Amino acid sequence: MSQKTLYDKLWESHIVTERDDGSALIYIDRHIIHEVTSPQAFEGLRLAGRKPWRLDTNVATPDHNISTDRFEREAGVAGIPDLTSRIQVQTLDDNCEHFGIKEFKMNEMGQGIVHVMGPELGATMPGMTVVCGDSHTATHGALGCLAHGIGTSEVEHVLASQCLVAKKMKNMRVTVDGCLATGVTPKDVVLAIIGKIGTAGGNGHAIEFAGEVFRDMTVEGRMTVCNMAIEAGARVGMVAVDETTIDYVHGRQFVPSGGLWGLAVAYWKTLVSDDQAVFDSEVFLHADEIAPQVTWGTSPEMVAEVTARVPDLSSQKTPEERRGLERALAYMGLEGGQAITSIAVDRVFIGSCTNSRIEDMRAAAAVARGRKTASSVKQVLVVPGSQMVKAQAEAEGLDKVFINAGMEWREPGCSMCLAMNADKLGSGEHCASTSNRNFEGRQGNGGRTHLMSPAMAAAAAVAGHIVDVRDFVQEVVT
Amino acid sequence: MKAFTRHSGLVGPMDRANVDTDMIIPKQFLKSIKRSGFGPNLFDELRYLDSGEPGQDCSMRPLNVEFPLNQQRYSGASILLARTNFGCGSSREHAPWALEDYGFRAIIAPSFADIFYNNCFKNGLLPVVLSEQSVDRLFAGLYLEEGYQLTVDLKDQQVLSSDGSSYDFEIDEFRKQCLLNGLDEIALTLQEATSIKRYETQRAACHPWVFGAIK
Ligand code: SF4
Repeated sequence: MSQKTLYDKLWESHIVTERDDGSALIYIDRHIIHEVTSPQAFEGLRLAGRKPWRLDTNVATPDHNISTDRFEREAGVAGIPDLTSRIQVQTLDDNCEHFGIKEFKMNEMGQGIVHVMGPELGATMPGMTVVCGDSHTATHGALGCLAHGIGTSEVEHVLASQCLVAKKMKNMRVTVDGCLATGVTPKDVVLAIIGKIGTAGGNGHAIEFAGEVFRDMTVEGRMTVCNMAIEAGARVGMVAVDETTIDYVHGRQFVPSGGLWGLAVAYWKTLVSDDQAVFDSEVFLHADEIAPQVTWGTSPEMVAEVTARVPDLSSQKTPEERRGLERALAYMGLEGGQAITSIAVDRVFIGSCTNSRIEDMRAAAAVARGRKTASSVKQVLVVPGSQMVKAQAEAEGLDKVFINAGMEWREPGCSMCLAMNADKLGSGEHCASTSNRNFEGRQGNGGRTHLMSPAMAAAAAVAGHIVDVRDFVQEVVT
Repeated sequence: MKAFTRHSGLVGPMDRANVDTDMIIPKQFLKSIKRSGFGPNLFDELRYLDSGEPGQDCSMRPLNVEFPLNQQRYSGASILLARTNFGCGSSREHAPWALEDYGFRAIIAPSFADIFYNNCFKNGLLPVVLSEQSVDRLFAGLYLEEGYQLTVDLKDQQVLSSDGSSYDFEIDEFRKQCLLNGLDEIALTLQEATSIKRYETQRAACHPWVFGAIK
């Protein structure tokens, strides 16, 4: 029998029909819905007089447009300050009600950023195809499933037919062996990978993250890595199923129990690439090469070790590269050759579907504990990714740690990851951010984003500038 | 989706290269919950002198008279004549939605951005690729003659002008059939409902936990 990759197995097990032109009708097991990319899809269903193909596959929650301010949240949907956002959130509620779709409403336990709540509720399970009208759906691949983002017409297509028309991608494996050093986290691993292969490196590929580093990583950490596969150009990122995956899934709300559990686990354990499987491309890194990472530019590939300097023009070979660097430095307000640690930060954002899980909260709190935010820092937002993360963090007293450090403990949502709700950067402001995109204007018009890990972001908040978390607090990161 | 077989109509110009999706429909309109109603905000920043906000009554806004589509002679245009790389930028489906809502049925250009090209087909809008020379000739005709009309015939894959000249264009057979028959992808997929149900039955037998979990 031929040797298959994890992606081959997931793809083949979801083919409904194959067509002559190489495309296939692929069955979708789980569809997650949020307020921004779904209203037109629901409207389309209505106009065509169609109903969802299945109800027990969809799960919805609002995240992008909602307020993260406690008082505004307490006022319910009516408390969302922006009228168009309020209507969008209300519309999600109405559509879910009308079509009978399971929704975790804004202030209900279970609500959260789509890519945090799906896995934590067990809505995402190994071996599934998972889609959502959002490009960071790759996150769910951390559980050994085939997950990717889709457009609004495709949201409607999945609602109506439970299928998508797709073509198979190529296989890429990124192997990282070794042991991560103290202070080096999953976020640093994925930023280092993007730094190595570039933002187009994974184009047309499904990436499997393999090797000792990912085997040793928690599922939360794997999610941080898969989340940013799209920033390496790949719509899909995934990690093979192992005991860690199965332990993570066990006992979650939508996960089977009893006899079904045993049956599921037996199948899930087959969700690994065969030993001799061939990948179309392979990338290797060693854990020893990876230090804490910080982006200095306007694309996630513009990344460096925290101890490095911002590149200068002489390091660029072609005139085009020089122009690109010049434009990025001008936008970021940086000088070529300046030390990364000399960059002062105006605001800090700890949150987003990349880094707002309980582990991320703990890592940030470990740095913030007993310390104070620098007086030069205008605002530090700590935004848990879901109601469940928030409840767990509060049970552990982490909210107090942040508040005592002069940070704001907010309600779950996308918050300052994108400039679609009230949490935004001002023009020219530098932000130490645990999110995933540092594009121009992403966190607010003229805002300057530096991507990094939660521990690094918390350290920057305390220091007032970017700082190497390893020197800063050696004792807390061990 | 509306079927597209043959369409004759007034031609309007968008005479610049690299028209991006933000130009077609600016980002502030993406908070809308509708797929329709984007027509008044098509080319918003070029078309009006003030800055547009969602939900505004556009009939009261100051028009930019320099913008060709605002001129009387192009009023009611249903075929857009454009330049290279039309529709570049983000993947927003709001761009074809806005063009279609405004009244366009076809866009003729020397090239289109990939995602935009795909999105057009999902929305009953026909993007027609002609050579640069052909597009130049059509622009010349358009500027010369008030009330300039063209016919786009999808079945024969031709653009016909009133002076008798015709221009052949290429199109993917699958997409052509979808448009000719007014099938959207969903309708097409639903023709395979029996296969989908068969798949579900088989799958439910071996992976039953995939079904029924979410209530
Ligand atoms: S947290 Fe950011 S990247 Fe993630 S879903 Fe929300 S807006 Fe998108």
